[in-house]
Amino acid sequence: MASSPATLVRGGPVNIDQVASEKVAIEKIYHEESARILATLIRLLGSFDLAEEATQEAFAAALEQWPRQGRPVNPRAWLVSTGRHKAVDLLRRRTRFENKREELQRLVAIEQQLALDPEDAILGGETLSDPMQRDDRLRLIFTCCHPALMIEAQVALTLRTLCGLATEEIAKAFLVPAPTMAQRLVRAKTKIKDACIPYRIPPNDELTERLTAVMLVVYLVFNEGYNAASGDVLIRRELCAEAIRLGRLLSELLPREAETRGLLALMLLHDSRRDARMSAEGEIILLEEQNRGLWNQEQIREGLALTEAALRSAPPGPYSVQAAIAAVHARAKTAEETDWAQIAALYDVLLRLQPSPVIELNRAVAIAMARGASEGIRLLNDLELKGELRGYHLLPAARGDLSRRLQQWESAAGAYRQALGLVSNDAERRFLARRLAEAESKMQ
Amino acid sequence: MQYLLLIYGKESDWTKLSAAEMAKMDQEYGAFTQSIAKSGHLRGGNQLDTISKATTVRMRDGKRLVTDGPFAETKEQLGGYYLVEAKDLDEAIGIAVRIPSVRSGSVEVRPIVPHEMPS
Repeated sequence: MASSPATLVRGGPVNIDQVASEKVAIEKIYHEESARILATLIRLLGSFDLAEEATQEAFAAALEQWPRQGRPVNPRAWLVSTGRHKAVDLLRRRTRFENKREELQRLVAIEQQLALDPEDAILGGETLSDPMQRDDRLRLIFTCCHPALMIEAQVALTLRTLCGLATEEIAKAFLVPAPTMAQRLVRAKTKIKDACIPYRIPPNDELTERLTAVMLVVYLVFNEGYNAASGDVLIRRELCAEAIRLGRLLSELLPREAETRGLLALMLLHDSRRDARMSAEGEIILLEEQNRGLWNQEQIREGLALTEAALRSAPPGPYSVQAAIAAVHARAKTAEETDWAQIAALYDVLLRLQPSPVIELNRAVAIAMARGASEGIRLLNDLELKGELRGYHLLPAARGDLSRRLQQWESAAGAYRQALGLVSNDAERRFLARRLAEAESKMQ
Repeated sequence: MQYLLLIYGKESDWTKLSAAEMAKMDQEYGAFTQSIAKSGHLRGGNQLDTISKATTVRMRDGKRLVTDGPFAETKEQLGGYYLVEAKDLDEAIGIAVRIPSVRSGSVEVRPIVPHEMPS
């Protein structure tokens, strides 16, 4: 929404303060509701691109009309309804100049649907008791995570449509150039349209199979909110809240799938530390230095109960094991009380379930905490030789931290310098710079 | 929406089948074809003869190049196809997984690009 309200409001005497406060209100609604509005419009219009345009136009119309006419009782329903009519205008304009059969067919379908205009279609069946049908975003996530799309495309499309992330942000999060990411999104949307990938929640016999991809996407969304890839905002509350909400819906939807509870527990336990992770000045506070009084006890209680429930069903999956690791931290009253041997053992289990160099890195740190930093450094050196984590700043950062614990200031400084060359997040960069300065001062 | 279901498998596996196994396979294909004809999905389909009988042609600089064998030597060969009508990709996938050869080979599901055909 680049246009300012002053340029959008035409005619009629309008109080400038009122316009400004309405603009703030609309921006808030945009932030909170645009993904859901987009999801409903995709269902109603049958096209991702058309729905994106219609959503933008609906918000532009709100900026123009609400300051003068007042905000509607149900802003979301108004925006969906307006978006639908804007889509018809868009299609009419296009089909007037060229005879495009596909768009003409779409126009006819939308106009027929509009003539019937069931309220329920606009609100996405919110009144239905079945949680599966209640939320268009769930439908959208299953389409975005269709196995006929590349996994990278599934994640990107979900972040773009459900979380409203910019293409550049997604590209940064997944370490690919922005044009590559843009191309990936276009290709995925084209395949959804041309291969006719349906926009629906899969039937029961396919749900479990489709769930794995969806859970991965939800967790990646959470991580994007928890450790934003770039910029000054380390914690994007809405992204985490969005992922938790989607996780909650999935666990309601599939009560027999323990992993949905494991995933939800994992996200809640991480999110519980949100207020303790950063200082008032926006600086990172490590787990061992956090004020545990700031941890959200309500989220911890829910997370611990969910973890236990998830672990009771054998064999536990990777999210449940990661939740169990987060639960060990959540239970420790002080950093010193942390049961690192237990955490190292859980990382062993996780590594068997899901071999990955990042898990090996975490396991090495847990072993260092349980059995001594020098053993951890040996494991990190082995990991470095394998080369799989080349370009990943947390590998040298971990080595710097362990060297620091051993008061080997020179190698700590070297490792922090290497990490600084790789980091992209500003808050993390400042943290590493502080650690580097500390190590350099001790060297002299 | 129409989809072409391309059936790929190891030709060497098919030619190794015993007469009884072959008869069973024929019977399974017959039952499958009949069921998708009855449900209104079937638009066409054929079994292809082996690649040893394939010929590939190209035109280069106005000259015909005719060679023995398939377009590309691959581990799995195209052995047959169905053309089906389905409401979306999920329905087409649902039909593809019922093709008998899907258990040993694989089926590629390709949407057909609609074009006006001269009648």
